[in-house]
Amino acid sequence: MRRWTPYWLALPAWLWLAIFLVVPIVAMASVSLTTGNLIDGFSQTFSVSNYSDAIAKYSTQFVRSLVYGGVATVIMLVLGYPVAYWIAFKAGHRKSMFLFLLLLPFFVSFVLRTISWGFLLADDGILFGTLKGWGVLPEDFHVLATTVAVIGGLVYNFLPFMILPIYVALERVDPRVIEASYDLYASRFSTFRRVVLPLSLPGVFAGVLMTFVPATADPINAQILGGTSNTMIGNIVQTEYMVNSNYPTASAISFTLMAVLLIGIFIYARALGTENVLEAAAR
Amino acid sequence: MRTRLGDKALYLYTWLIILWLASPIAVMILFGFNDKQSKSNTSWQGFTFKWYQQLFAIDGLTEALVNSLVIAVISTVLATVLGTLLGLAVGRYRFRGKGVTDFLIFAAISTPELVMGASLLSLFVSGNAPRGHTTIIIAHTLFSLAFVVVTVRARVVGLDPSLEEAARDLGAGTWTTFRLVTLPSIMPGVAAGAMLAFALSIDDYVVTSFVNGSTQTFPLWIVGAVKVGIPPQVNVMGTLIFGIGVLLAVANAISARRKTTH
Repeated sequence: MRRWTPYWLALPAWLWLAIFLVVPIVAMASVSLTTGNLIDGFSQTFSVSNYSDAIAKYSTQFVRSLVYGGVATVIMLVLGYPVAYWIAFKAGHRKSMFLFLLLLPFFVSFVLRTISWGFLLADDGILFGTLKGWGVLPEDFHVLATTVAVIGGLVYNFLPFMILPIYVALERVDPRVIEASYDLYASRFSTFRRVVLPLSLPGVFAGVLMTFVPATADPINAQILGGTSNTMIGNIVQTEYMVNSNYPTASAISFTLMAVLLIGIFIYARALGTENVLEAAAR
Repeated sequence: MRTRLGDKALYLYTWLIILWLASPIAVMILFGFNDKQSKSNTSWQGFTFKWYQQLFAIDGLTEALVNSLVIAVISTVLATVLGTLLGLAVGRYRFRGKGVTDFLIFAAISTPELVMGASLLSLFVSGNAPRGHTTIIIAHTLFSLAFVVVTVRARVVGLDPSLEEAARDLGAGTWTTFRLVTLPSIMPGVAAGAMLAFALSIDDYVVTSFVNGSTQTFPLWIVGAVKVGIPPQVNVMGTLIFGIGVLLAVANAISARRKTTH
């Protein structure tokens, strides 16, 4: 009787995950191999032409998404690491206050934060409008609807997801290990490079995972801050699904995106020497 | 001396990042008080309380907010129950299929929202399921569930099994042991998971945008309104949600501190 307990406990969630996560992804894979349209219906042809067509048609947006996501992730790492470091080692008893302050933006809806960011950056908004009024900036200066605005928005929205896992990893570093390094006459820099940094790599790994995937697939920042010339793959999937009802193409793009991201994650995990991706992500 | 200078610089830098992260919130709050005359709400035109008085003047927006709250509550309850049970299973027991379960949890967390939304829509379209409240609740429960599992599991793993054994030795049945011993000790994990689930649900745009049909939620309504101009009521609602959230979090932190000191 007790032997079955874990199965009873797991069963409801298993069913939910199987029916609404596994089955849909399989269904999507099958839809991506159909041809046809909404009016005449779709038929299963197992033709891979959806993939080659989608990639040929939207390669610009694919590459752009990966580049924007990648650049944003690198910027987040560079901006976020020092913050995590300072809070973990120097904030003392005010650690939780600083973490709370970092999490403040999460009390505001993601969409609303991005729009407020757009307010701030508006051509004649409170920031640039004022500076233009003072003659500091030329009249035609603008940030909205540029690459900078989109990448900036991605960095802004996902930065805490980079800082938190790195903080958690740094917080676990035993201070005695650092002391030992100093006792052995290591300089501050080499202590950091050879002791602290390697110990924080699981956090960096989790942080990159938690920021790169959503940033690459995010449609909101491009939609609200990017204007018409910064369309990312997320916007394409939305348009193909919701506006064009072109389910085979949209499925093929989503599937390609997921495959690229998964393969990326595994290569990255290997390069970093993280044997077990699941374990690293769970930490 | 040089090291202390470096620390000082890092300290200032941390504040700079915090201020940067908070600046759009300040803008949001400020423009909820803007006495705007034109369509766009990007330049300051004087102070007013009128958007607070006319908070529910826009029917579509109010409806969207109510939808969001209802969906968040229902999906939080579902995700918390399912996630807690699974969290107990993977945190406590070794069983066949544990590896697959771990993988499913990882997949649920790491699948891009876009893919999750698109694939759910594929399922609903091929099953001819009408899209609306139900499909949104299904989707929100799905992405929240795994986060509940993770927070509950962390708590279960740290649990001392001898407590439950003691309860059983004292004659408590399975259900009594669960209710009086197991549940109270994993409660912080369950509560954290539930809060996370609620926050994820009320904030979600991407997945919802695929499975909503004609139902509007708060984030969807806002994005839809971007082109015609965001009414200041949105800022007011955002400000109120922000205020309530921060108050709850602070109250929670204070009561937690009281408990540990007394």
